[in-house]
Amino acid sequence: MTIEAQFKIARQDFTLDVELTIPDNGVTAIYGDSGCGKTTLLRAIAGLEHSPEGFLKVGHKIWQDGSFFLPPEKRALGYVFQEASLFSHLNVRKNLEYGLKRVKKNEGKISLDRAIELLSISHLLDRSTTQLSGGERQRVAIARALATSPRVLLMDEPLSALDLKRKQEIMPYLESLHDELKIPILYVSHAPGEVARLADHLILLQDGQLKASGKLDTMLTRLDLPLAHGDKAAALIHATVAGHDSEFNLTYLDFPGGRFTVAHKDLKINHPVRLRVIARDVSLTLEHQSNTSILNIFPAIVDEITAEGTAQIMIRLLINDIPLLARITQKSASLLKLKVGKQVFAQVKSVALLS
Amino acid sequence: MLNDSDLTALLITLKLAALTTVILLLIGTPIAWWLARSRWRFKFIIEAVIALPLVLPPTVLGFYLLIALGPNGPIGGLMQSLGGQPLAFTFTGLIIGSVFYSMPFVVQPLQSAFNTIGHRPLEVAATLGASPIDRFFTIAVPLARPGFLTAMVLGFAHTIGEFGVVLMIGGNIPGQTQVLSIAIYDHVEVLEYTQAHWLSGGLLLLSFVLLISVYALNRRYALPKIGGDL
Repeated sequence: MTIEAQFKIARQDFTLDVELTIPDNGVTAIYGDSGCGKTTLLRAIAGLEHSPEGFLKVGHKIWQDGSFFLPPEKRALGYVFQEASLFSHLNVRKNLEYGLKRVKKNEGKISLDRAIELLSISHLLDRSTTQLSGGERQRVAIARALATSPRVLLMDEPLSALDLKRKQEIMPYLESLHDELKIPILYVSHAPGEVARLADHLILLQDGQLKASGKLDTMLTRLDLPLAHGDKAAALIHATVAGHDSEFNLTYLDFPGGRFTVAHKDLKINHPVRLRVIARDVSLTLEHQSNTSILNIFPAIVDEITAEGTAQIMIRLLINDIPLLARITQKSASLLKLKVGKQVFAQVKSVALLS
Repeated sequence: MLNDSDLTALLITLKLAALTTVILLLIGTPIAWWLARSRWRFKFIIEAVIALPLVLPPTVLGFYLLIALGPNGPIGGLMQSLGGQPLAFTFTGLIIGSVFYSMPFVVQPLQSAFNTIGHRPLEVAATLGASPIDRFFTIAVPLARPGFLTAMVLGFAHTIGEFGVVLMIGGNIPGQTQVLSIAIYDHVEVLEYTQAHWLSGGLLLLSFVLLISVYALNRRYALPKIGGDL
């Protein structure tokens, strides 16, 4: 079960021409610079953008095929717009009920109560939409979309209109949607931080074309893609909480390549976490260093090397098949005689917990 | 004070204005919606046609309507061939004339209100499962409420105040087509200033009260622009 889409939409200044398959689970980020066609793609999936020649199949159901075009109101989808777009003539409760009233009864997979609970908005129900903060408005808009029990949830940069504080207020809710909902979520974003925290899969668009798509952790470390270059290049590692050290106030996080030791985090054992390891925080040695302050050292194999500017190189390492990026100088690479297949030790200076 | 014929003129005026307003809301709403939503590149021609009564001397409009509604005109002739009467110098003719004459005062505020709503709320409603008709009645109409209020009051008040068109196509038949503005004119002609005062003052007060209420009710919203003076 997947979402298959093929669109060709010509606009005055650009053309979206994509053919892609989207996994039917988890969060798929549609990522790219502004103007690359992310929003147009999402609108085409929703049926808000009409492409004369297109194909769209969600699970078993065809939404668009040649001249057949299911209008947006007949598509089982939830759409969260950039700005919350609540109906100003209805209060919060009536806004939430607007979509609910219009779905067939037997399609109710997510109840209104569940949506209200997921977004913690029960105290806002009788308010007018003008009495809400930006973050609250967006939470109501998300709940309103969920209450229609969509087959797929589409989100168009839902955080971009909010300030940093509001972003941080909403983020945990988005993460809980990711964990709690069984439906696929398509999440348009140009913020790498949001993508790293939320997404499982990534669709990379460039100038209206599909550049690449795949699992997020793979995509982030593909040296042929722009994501794996620059100061912010980082690998994403899925780990689980393995234990705590009360003596030194530390937490152990296990991943298939070994164990990370980080400052204490108040998390239950087996709790899944996402770790972000920035390429410039990883250094390489040929032998396992024991007299070092760095705790996180893993044996790794050099998998791929590309130049990064004139003085540096980006290296993709595999730690028991888990990819990691390291950015070092060309001089160091030459001193270490690095080449593909060489066994090294990756010293991870710092690691960020994303959730 | 008002005599019987003045009261009759007042009743005819109110009936004319009320019927005209209702008809204009029924015709004008779809026109305004279409004008606000259409991307047809020649729609400015339709907009110009609807705005014509704003700049045209009412006698010009009245003259053409008189010809169209008369026994030899297209509309009057059609009526006659269907076994009816020509429409010139009848109350029905007056309504037809008023609908044309007051059209921009209803269509323009509505169009402006629909424009102000924009596409987004309607797109949101579509993604929430609302069909186009459903969206129009549950989203567009309630959000355009200030526009409807303005359109109703302006359409009504403007019809009450018409003179030239009525004079041309309605004549001055007491009990049928004699409206207030013409009754005032008649009183002044025969130097009955007291009665002219009563009627004029009443009309002034009524118009003022109507406008005061619409501006007060719309205070929270910007009053949709209209393309001419009252």
